[in-house]
Amino acid sequence: MGQHHYRALLSLVTLPFLLLVCFFPAVAAQTATQESFEQGIHLLKSRKFQEKNRAVELITDSGDPRSMDVLQDLLAGKLFLLRTDQTVVQVKSAKGGYAVTGVLQQQDLGTLQTRQLKKITINNALRGALKSGIAKINLQHPDPGVRANAVESMLEEITADSVQMLEELKTKEQNKAVRRELETAIAISWLKGNDEAQKLKALDTLSGSLTPVVRNELKKITTQENSEAVQKKALQALHTIEAKVKWYAKLETLFFGLSLGSVLVLAAIGLAITFGVIGVINMAHGELIMIGAYTTYVLQQCMPDHIGLSLALAIPAAFCVSGLVGVIIERSVIRFLYGRPLETLLATFGISLILQQTVRSIFSPLNRSVITPEWMTGSLAINPVLSLTTNRVTVFIFAMLVFTTLYILLKKSSLGLQVRAVSQNRAMARSMGIHAAKVDALTFGLGSGIAGIAGVALSQLTNVGPNLGQSYIIDSFMVVVFGGVGNLWGTMLGGLSLGIANKVLEPWSGAVLAKILILVLIILFIQKRPQGLFPQKGRAAE
Amino acid sequence: MKNQLFALPLACGLLAGSLLTSGAQAADTIKVGVLHSLSGTMAISETTLKDTMLMLIEEQNKKGGVLGKKLEAVVVDPASNWPLFAEKARELIEKEKVAATFGCWTSVSRKSVLPVFEELNSLLFYPVQYEGEESSLNVFYTGAAPNQQAVPAVDYLMNDLGVERWVLAGTDYVYPRTTNKILEAYLKSKGVPQEDIMINYTPFGHSDWQSIVADIKKFGSAGKKTAVVSTINGDANVPFYKELGNQGITADNIPVVAFSVGEEELSGIDTKPLVGHLAAWNYFMSVDSDANMDFIEAWHSFIKNEKRVTNDPMEAHFIGFNMWVKAVEKAGTTDPKAVQEAIIGVTVPNLSGGYSAMMPNHHITKPVLIGEIQENGQFDVVWETPGLVVGDAWSDYLEGSKDLISDWRAPLSCGNYNVVTKTCAGNKE
Amino acid sequence: MISLFASLRGDRAGIILLILLLLATVAVPVCNLVVPENSPVHISTFTMALLGKYLCYALLAISVDLVWGYLGILSLGHGAFFALGGYAMGMYLMRQIGDRGVYGNPLLPDFMVFLNWKDLPWFWHGFDMFWFTLLMVLIVPALLAIVVGWFAFRSRVTGVYLSIITQAMTYALMLAFFRNEMGFGGNNGLTDFKDLLGFSLQSDSTRAGLFIASALALAFGYISCRYITRSRLGQAALAIRDQEARLRFIGYRVENIKLWIFTFSAMLAGLAGALYVPQVGIINPTEFSPLNSIEMVVWVAVGGRATLYGAAVGALLVNYAKSFLTVTFPDAWLFGLGAIFVLVTLFLPKGVAGLFKKQEAHR
Repeated sequence: MGQHHYRALLSLVTLPFLLLVCFFPAVAAQTATQESFEQGIHLLKSRKFQEKNRAVELITDSGDPRSMDVLQDLLAGKLFLLRTDQTVVQVKSAKGGYAVTGVLQQQDLGTLQTRQLKKITINNALRGALKSGIAKINLQHPDPGVRANAVESMLEEITADSVQMLEELKTKEQNKAVRRELETAIAISWLKGNDEAQKLKALDTLSGSLTPVVRNELKKITTQENSEAVQKKALQALHTIEAKVKWYAKLETLFFGLSLGSVLVLAAIGLAITFGVIGVINMAHGELIMIGAYTTYVLQQCMPDHIGLSLALAIPAAFCVSGLVGVIIERSVIRFLYGRPLETLLATFGISLILQQTVRSIFSPLNRSVITPEWMTGSLAINPVLSLTTNRVTVFIFAMLVFTTLYILLKKSSLGLQVRAVSQNRAMARSMGIHAAKVDALTFGLGSGIAGIAGVALSQLTNVGPNLGQSYIIDSFMVVVFGGVGNLWGTMLGGLSLGIANKVLEPWSGAVLAKILILVLIILFIQKRPQGLFPQKGRAAE
Repeated sequence: MKNQLFALPLACGLLAGSLLTSGAQAADTIKVGVLHSLSGTMAISETTLKDTMLMLIEEQNKKGGVLGKKLEAVVVDPASNWPLFAEKARELIEKEKVAATFGCWTSVSRKSVLPVFEELNSLLFYPVQYEGEESSLNVFYTGAAPNQQAVPAVDYLMNDLGVERWVLAGTDYVYPRTTNKILEAYLKSKGVPQEDIMINYTPFGHSDWQSIVADIKKFGSAGKKTAVVSTINGDANVPFYKELGNQGITADNIPVVAFSVGEEELSGIDTKPLVGHLAAWNYFMSVDSDANMDFIEAWHSFIKNEKRVTNDPMEAHFIGFNMWVKAVEKAGTTDPKAVQEAIIGVTVPNLSGGYSAMMPNHHITKPVLIGEIQENGQFDVVWETPGLVVGDAWSDYLEGSKDLISDWRAPLSCGNYNVVTKTCAGNKE
Repeated sequence: MISLFASLRGDRAGIILLILLLLATVAVPVCNLVVPENSPVHISTFTMALLGKYLCYALLAISVDLVWGYLGILSLGHGAFFALGGYAMGMYLMRQIGDRGVYGNPLLPDFMVFLNWKDLPWFWHGFDMFWFTLLMVLIVPALLAIVVGWFAFRSRVTGVYLSIITQAMTYALMLAFFRNEMGFGGNNGLTDFKDLLGFSLQSDSTRAGLFIASALALAFGYISCRYITRSRLGQAALAIRDQEARLRFIGYRVENIKLWIFTFSAMLAGLAGALYVPQVGIINPTEFSPLNSIEMVVWVAVGGRATLYGAAVGALLVNYAKSFLTVTFPDAWLFGLGAIFVLVTLFLPKGVAGLFKKQEAHR
C-alpha cells in the first residue's frame, strides 16, 4: 500500500476518533485507550514495517498521554528493544552508555550498553505516518503555532466528510491564525463536496491562498466541475493565484541571484585587494579561501558541543590563519616580484599546488564535514511559495558586513590611507615617508585574511575539500575584472549583478549554458570597456 | 655561448637516459598494477581504493601469495588526467609488466585506457558502478551495471513508496545520461506519463542549487507522491543535500535516491538533514555478515584509523581481486589469455554474506540493497532483492543496444553480438 | 624557403635543437622498430609515445612563447586552440572507425548512437576526408583567434585584461564541450580510435610515423617562428611588446600585427593538438581547462621566455619531471612541481636558457 493512500486512510480513521476523545466523557474511553496503546507497543517489536505501521496507527488513535512521547522517540530513533526479553524501551544517552526506561511500566532499567539494545528501525513510509500521527495529536496542542502547523500539514488529507470535525475545532479555537488555517481547511472540504453554493463560498475564501494544495484543488475543479459558475469562478481564482505566484517567483529569482552574487563578492573581495590594490595576480587566492574553510573545520573538531560558538570564533581565526599564510607568501615570494604581475601569476600558481597538496597530506583528500548550526538551517517562510533559506540570508548579510567593514577600513583608517597612497604612486608614497614594504605585506595579509573569512562562509554552503579553492578562483577573477580593478564598489556591484544575471538566465537556458553566456558577456564587456564597470581614474589606470 | 650549447644536449640526454633505463624485473614476484588518481579532482574517491588494493595484496601475501610467489603492488598516479590514464596504463603493462591492473573510477578514464588494454592484451578490473553499454575482452566490470542499481531502486520507490512523479537529476556526463535514458524508457513502459518526469542536468562540481531545488519543490507540490532519482556526482552532492534540507525537502515528502552517494561521501556531509534519504548499492558498511565484519576489521587495522568507512567500490575490488587470485590459481599462470578463460564462472564470497560469480559477459552477480541514510552517516538496509542480479552489459531499454548480447566464451567470443543480424558488430577481428 | 633557413644564422641553440630533432627522427623509430627488444638501446613503444607527446607539448610551448615572449600577450587560452585542433583530428579519427564501433553503426559514432541521435550533426560532415580535417585543424583555431583577437586588439585590451579574456574564452569552451548536447561526446570526449589514413594506430610503425611527424612539425614550428621573429613583422612585434603606444604613434597598425602573429600562433597550437590526439588516444574537454593553459605558460617560463628553443626545452623538462614524479612519488609530486614553478620565477627569471646565458656572462 502506498504511503499516500495510507495517510488518507489514517485520517479517515483518526479524525472522527479525535472527536470522540474530545467530547465524550474520558472515563468511558479509558480502558480502550490503554488497550490499544499496549497493543501498539507490542506490535512495534515486529520486524515487518507493515506491522510497525499498524502499531503507529494504534498508538496515535489510543489517545494515551504517553503516545506523543513514544511517537516522537520512535521518529528520533530513541526507541529500542532489550536484546534479552524484547521489552520496548526509551533511551537517553548518559555517561557510559544509555539511560534506559521501559515504555509500558515506565520502570528505570539503569544504564545499558549498545550491545544489550537493538534499535527499532523505521523507514520513510513509517516516518511519514509518524509525522502525521504527531500532527493529529498536536491539533490539541496548547501552543497555537503548533496547532496551525498541524492543520496545515493535514490539508492534503482533507475529504468532504471532514467538514463537521473542522467546524467543531473552529468553534473551539480562540487563536486567529489557527482559525484562518481551519477556514482554508473547511473551504477545501467544501470544494470536495457537492453543494454548489458552498463551493462558490469556498472559492471566495481560497481566492488569495498560495497553498499548493489549494492550487491543485482549483486545477482539478477547472477541468472536472460540471457547474459553469463554479468553474468560471475557480478559473478566476486560479488566475489571481498564478499571477501572485509568478510575482513571487520573480522575487525568488532575485533572492537567488543576490545570494549567488554575495558568494561571488565574498570570494572575490580579498582578490580585489591583492589584485586591485597591489597588482598581484594571486592564483593561490582560492587556496587561502580553502584554508579559511579548514580552520572552521578544525575549530569545530576542537569544540564539538558548541557548534555556533565555534563558527563565530572561526571568523577571526580564519582571518588570522589565512592572513598569516598570506604574509608569509608575500614576504618569501611575492615581494621579489613587484612590478612583474604576470610572473606573480606563475609563482602563486606553484604555491597553490603546494598548499593543495599540503592540505591533502594533513587532512586526506576526502571532504570534511562542517556542521551547520541549528539556527542556520531551514528557511524563513514568507508564504507558501516564497521562503528564503536561512544560511543564504546569513551569508548575504555577512558579505555585506565584510564589505562595509573593509570599505570603512580602507577609507577611514590610516592603514587604508597608506594602502591607497602606495597603490596610486609607489615612489611618491615612499618619498612621503610611507614604509612601502610594510604596507605591501599588510595589504596582502588583509586580502588573504578576507579570503579566509570567505572560506568560513563557504564552509556552510559547499564542500570543504582540497579542491574548494580551484572552483572559485576563476569566478573571482571575472568578478574583479568585470567590476573594475582597484575598486571595491565595482567588485561588489559586479559580483551581485553577475549573480543576478546568472540566476535570471538559468531557468531559461539551464545551469551550464547560463554560465557560458555570462562568460561570453564578460568577454564582450571587457572588450567594450577594458577597465571594467568602475575604471580607476587618472594615469595610474594605464 | 659555449655553455649554452650544453643546455639542450644535457636536457635531452637526461631525458633519454632515464627513460631508457626500465627497471630490472624481479622474477620472483607477480606485479599487480594499481591505477587510481591520487591527486586532482578524483583523488577524493580513488585514494581509498588504492589503499584497499594495498591491503588486499598485503593480506594475500600473508596467506603465501599466488602460485607460490609474492604479489607486488605497482602504484602510479594518473592525477585525474584522462590522457595520463592511458599513458600510465601503457607504462604499467609495457614497462612494469604487471599481470593485471585494478583501477579507474570515471567512465572517461576507463574509455581512455580501454584501447591500451586491448592492444597489449592485459586485464583491467573496474570497480565502480557505471552506465553499461560496454563489454571488452580485457575488462572485468565488478561494479554495478544499471540493471543492478538503478532499475531495482525505481521499482522499490514505485511499489513500496507509491511514487508517481519522478525527478531524474544528474551531472552532465555519460553515466547519468545513460542511466536516465534507461530509467525514462523504463518508467514509460510502466505507464508513467511524460509530464510526470522531470529531467535535469548540471555541470560537474555544481555548487549553487537554489533554482534547481526550488524547481524540484514546485514539481513535487502537484499533489502526487514525488521522488528524486539522483545521479549527481561527487562534490556537487554536498551543496545539493544542504539546499534540499534548507528548503524543507525531507525524506518523507520528497525522498531522494542516489546512486553515487555512499558511506565515504557521507563522511564529508553533515547528515542530520539527510536522514531517510535513500541510496541503492550492492553493499553497505552496515550489512550484517561475518565476512563484512572481518573486512571492516582488517581495513581499520590496515589504515590505522577506526573512523574510516568502507563502501561499495571497495567491496567490488575485494570481489574482483579474489576472483583474479582464484582464476590465476585455476589456470596455473598469470597469462592474461588463460586467466580470461579461467575466470568466467569463478565464484567468490562477497561481503553481504553471499557469493558473486563472474558471468560470460565479464559482469558479476550481485544483490541489490536499498538503504536509508542514518544520522551517524551509515545506511539502514530497508529493502533488498530476493536473489542475485546478473549484470547486464547491454540495456534492454535502449534503442541501440536492446538486440546486443555479450558472451566471451568460445565459440561466440564476442562483446557485442547482435541477435537479430547474427553478427558480432564492431571491433573484434 | 631559403630565407626561412637563413633566419637560423647565428642561432646556435636553435641549430642544436634542430639537429637533435633530426637525430631523434631517425634514431627513435629505428631503436623502436629495428633494434631487438632485449637490446639496451631498444626504445619501447611506451617511451616513443611519451616522447612524441612531449614533442607536441614543445610545439605548443613554442606557439605560446611566440605571443608571450615576442608580443607581450600572456595568453591563458592557448589550451583552447590546442584542444580545437585536437578535436578536429579526433572527429576525423572517429569517422574512420566507421562500422567497427560497438553498435556497428556505419555513420554515427558510438556516443551518438546511445544518446539516440538519428543524424550526424552538420559540423561533423567533411571530417571523413583527411585533407578537410587538416584544413580544419588550422582554420578552426585560426578563426577563434581572429574573432577574439580582432575585438580585443581593436579596443586595445592589454596586459592582465587580455589574459583574463583568453582565460574566460577557454573556460567557456570547456563548459560548452562538457555539454552532451554539443555533439562532441561530452565528458567522455572522443576515444577508441582505430586507424589514421588506413594505418592501424595500434601498430608500432604508425606510432613511429606519428613520432616523426611530431618531430618534423616541431622543427617546422621552430623555424617558422624564428623566421617570423627575425622578419620586419617580428621586429615590429618586439617593439609592440616594449612600447606599444610609441609604435602606434609612428603609424604602425599595431592591431593588425598583433592579429597576424596571434593567429599564426593559434594555428601552430592547433597543429600540436592534432598530432597529440592520435598519440594519446583521447581528446576530452579537460584539455580546455584554464589550469592546463596556465601550465603551458609555466613551461615557457621554466625554459626561458622569448628564446623559442627555451620554450621547447621547458615543455620537455616539466613534462618529463611530471612523468617521473607521478611514478616515483605518487603522493607528493605536486609539492615538487609547485616548488619548481616558485623557484624558477624567483631565481631563474629568464628560465633554464637564461641560466646558461648568465654563466657565460660571468666568464
